[in-house]
Amino acid sequence: MNQTTPNSFRTMPDERGHFGDYGGRYVAETLMPLVLDLEREYRAAQADPAFQAQFDDLLEHYVGRPSPLYFAERLTEALRVGSPEGRGAQVWFKRDELNHTGAHKINNCIGQILLAMRMGKTRIIAETGAGQHGVATATVCARFGLPCVIYMGATDVARQQPNVFRMKLLGAEVIPVTSGAATLKDAMNEGLRDWVANVHDTFYIIGTAAGPHPYPELVRDFQSVIGKEARAQMLARIGRLPDLLVAAIGGGSNALGLFHPFLDDPEVKMLGVEAAGYGLDGDQHAASLLGGFPGVLHGNRTYLLQNEDGQITEGHSISAGLDYPGIGPEHAWLKDMGRVEYTAITDQEALDAFQLLCRTEGIIPALEPSHAIAAVAKRAKEMDRDRIILANLCGRGDKDIFTVAEHLGVQM
Amino acid sequence: MGTRAMTRLSSSFAKGRPTFVAFITAGDGDTAANLDALVEGGADVIELGMPFTDPMADGPAIQAANLRSLGAGTTTADVFAIAAAFRQRHPQVPLVLMGYANPMVRRGPEWFAAECARAGVDGVICVDIPPEEDDALGPALRAEGIAPIRLATPTTDARRLPKVLEGSSGFLYYVSVAGITGLQQAATASIAEAVARLKAATDLPVAVGFGVRTPEQAAAIAAHADGVVVGSALVELVGKHGSHAPAHLRELTAALAQAVHGAHQPA
Repeated sequence: MNQTTPNSFRTMPDERGHFGDYGGRYVAETLMPLVLDLEREYRAAQADPAFQAQFDDLLEHYVGRPSPLYFAERLTEALRVGSPEGRGAQVWFKRDELNHTGAHKINNCIGQILLAMRMGKTRIIAETGAGQHGVATATVCARFGLPCVIYMGATDVARQQPNVFRMKLLGAEVIPVTSGAATLKDAMNEGLRDWVANVHDTFYIIGTAAGPHPYPELVRDFQSVIGKEARAQMLARIGRLPDLLVAAIGGGSNALGLFHPFLDDPEVKMLGVEAAGYGLDGDQHAASLLGGFPGVLHGNRTYLLQNEDGQITEGHSISAGLDYPGIGPEHAWLKDMGRVEYTAITDQEALDAFQLLCRTEGIIPALEPSHAIAAVAKRAKEMDRDRIILANLCGRGDKDIFTVAEHLGVQM
Repeated sequence: MGTRAMTRLSSSFAKGRPTFVAFITAGDGDTAANLDALVEGGADVIELGMPFTDPMADGPAIQAANLRSLGAGTTTADVFAIAAAFRQRHPQVPLVLMGYANPMVRRGPEWFAAECARAGVDGVICVDIPPEEDDALGPALRAEGIAPIRLATPTTDARRLPKVLEGSSGFLYYVSVAGITGLQQAATASIAEAVARLKAATDLPVAVGFGVRTPEQAAAIAAHADGVVVGSALVELVGKHGSHAPAHLRELTAALAQAVHGAHQPA
């Protein structure tokens, strides 16, 4: 799709919350006034230095930011083995898996709970798939003393017991959702049903850069700390920007967080990595951009996994965090504009990359960034040795060791 | 066609008594027989639900109906076939489609609006297209003479109401509770107050739905509103009685319609 290239890729969304043809506010009338209130409050917070100061302070002293920028020397060397002469780019990681709670999710939760309190809301709800966003939400609720209800598909509750217990330890109520396929999208439906019935006191902390405007914008902004830090760290360490950014994409918040501050640096290429599950040729994948079509779900217009009648289909990925039939609307726009390239990685490729990083760098990655690492491994071999790849290591793999063990045929 | 469609809806609200609107989900059970039972029971307007995998504004009863319908293989083509056949059998009964944006816009809004016109649909209620996103469907519907029926809710304040009313037609659907379909019911006093507020702002008829289950509740609301919508209670009968549902639907519809039609309206 060819559209006129804008002067800047960083001015979206427009005043209606649209990213080109995508985004918007497709919500029931009951929620519309609240969504408009949220936008007003977010604009006020953006203009309030005290809000930014509190956000920054919490990120530094509670989350542990800035996260390190790390040159993965042994992974780089390992990927050079078997590469064509002179090829094998240097691989660097933004270490967001070292954040409190083990993933990038907490950046956004800190921002949203501060907004919730500004709005005088006294009850927090959220949806979760793998449980990472649920844990991060439960964490900030405990930190600020607000009651917390987490909706989680019953299927996910069964396969993510450690995170369910973590949320309960943190004082959250975890409600298993049995409707539909009982996974992430059904949890999001149930979150929206709760919200619509409790608009007066409840704030919905959405976990990714999707949903009705202004969520895609504000989640991106809160996550942009990743890219802002990385940009400054790169300049400080090697005096130049990376050649290629790589990040995994479910809803797409960690990728946008890394990409957004670089969007107007034309020399920096970007690669978003979707989950190809068992392969893009069948329907057992979660690649909304590469295998879906534009449509409307959960408050925004974006690419969706759906059939010819607009019924939403169930994706599949080994990674519960990527197993969602939609994607943030800004990615849909960036794809159509050609600013970001998108690819997909299968379950098996992600499992191989997971093990590769464990053994070369002593880092156990989550299955989500394992998809990014697999894509890095392919690209590094095609790029010259003086090129720099920066990938977002957006979560650690402690939560995934049971899944990985099962796939490797190991009894635990 | 457009004019006739508007006439069917507006004339059903111009009978000098409150209107009863009955909802069931398309493709759930023998829909043709179920729709006939609603008409025979005395329903003035039929609201036909388009099944969707993710009915976010619906409670358990209508969620289950959506899943039963999709489980039986209902397609968008089937929904329009049901609507077109209904129009053949009941040339004068207004028929409104209710559903979610994605199945409506999947093949483009113009395609959807043209199909509505061809099937004899009078109006469309789309839960998740608020006035702010009207472009996604509204212009296409209006071009075909199909009424875009908007929802007003307890959270729709006076500042916002004109935006909701702009470009809406047929009737105004007042969602009596901030919540999902089929569960709690608002106090009659608050409904009366809200309807009065809406009627002061528009000439459109105001129908009230969400949480209305019994003839007593329906009568109490009909004393203040131009119409009453019942959905979940009817859909539950379809789920419970399957192929025997028509007799039960006819019975409950008759009781509800009688209660609505006979409700005393303060002068």
